[in-house]
Amino acid sequence: MSSSPIDPPPPSSTAIFFAGWRAAWTSVFSLVLVGTYVGIGALAHNYGFSLGWVLLSTLLIWAGPAQVILISALGAGATPLAAALAVGLSGVRLLPMVVTLLALIKRADTRSRHLVLPAHLTAVSMWVEAVRLLPKLPREQRIAFSNGLGGAFLAAAHVGTVLGYCLAASLPALLTAGLLFLTPMSFLVSTVRNSKILVERLALALGLVVGPLLACAEVGLDLMWTGVVAGTAAYAVHRLREARR
Amino acid sequence: MNALGDLSPYLVLIAAGFLPNEVWRMLGVVVAHGLDERSELVIWVRAVATGLLAGVIAKILLFPPAGLAEVRPGVRLAAIAVGFAAFLSVRRSVFAGVLAGEAVLMLGAYWFG
Repeated sequence: MSSSPIDPPPPSSTAIFFAGWRAAWTSVFSLVLVGTYVGIGALAHNYGFSLGWVLLSTLLIWAGPAQVILISALGAGATPLAAALAVGLSGVRLLPMVVTLLALIKRADTRSRHLVLPAHLTAVSMWVEAVRLLPKLPREQRIAFSNGLGGAFLAAAHVGTVLGYCLAASLPALLTAGLLFLTPMSFLVSTVRNSKILVERLALALGLVVGPLLACAEVGLDLMWTGVVAGTAAYAVHRLREARR
Repeated sequence: MNALGDLSPYLVLIAAGFLPNEVWRMLGVVVAHGLDERSELVIWVRAVATGLLAGVIAKILLFPPAGLAEVRPGVRLAAIAVGFAAFLSVRRSVFAGVLAGEAVLMLGAYWFG
């Protein structure tokens, strides 16, 4: 076969969106998300929230730990202000994730409004898979791919929310514990899988040690400080090694 | 008054759930403006993101939400350790790690309460 001098037309952004969508459904995270959100749907049901309310919380908040905090805080009678503070503290992790994701997908001429949707779709599951898959794609395809990936994960979460809400009464306590355990277990192994460079491995190991120490010491904003302390120490080691070369 | 009563859970959802969470994402859009993927700052930010994630993992394990809190701490830690070992030994498979960790958690909770 002789190669044509004309390149094939680039795939349409719809085709790229669906490539991202399919990548999500073959990822273990679609299962983990359905399971996690079964737990969240059941929790919301047990605290007396409506199905519409919890589905809207999945669409708008789109962060498992924040939703667990909001539902259990409001359900237990906390004031909206106390709930908002707790949610705001748990959301800090989204800031560095959005920054690194956007650095990976934007081009010099990308408008900020095209980055709002990928930023909203950023959650641990989407970030972990995007950071793994995006470097293999040409940069002009990355925004549509991220939207497809995040959109499919969001859809999986909605399926889980409805299932959990409807099954809440018949979920045994053992299964509820298992569903809540999906978050730390999947976060840990997928972060390790993605940590190919020393800085990230070191930051992960340090964070696992520093996090509990700061939480036990009842330091305010302990999660944010865990990230800053562990990340900066790991980065310092990386710079020292680079300087020695 | 009644209409407000029906809407108030949704207003609380937006004010106490959506806004305090979304502000970090939108701040990310602002900070990312003009940043390059290979810049040193992005390497540092990525390390901070990873450290934060580690903090979230440790916190859920040690100070778990209701439902997981009923499982003994020893069982929770054993489950995460076995899940991690399974992940490492089965071709770094996330699926194998999650499956093994879940099995240990649920069996442990069943036997030891």
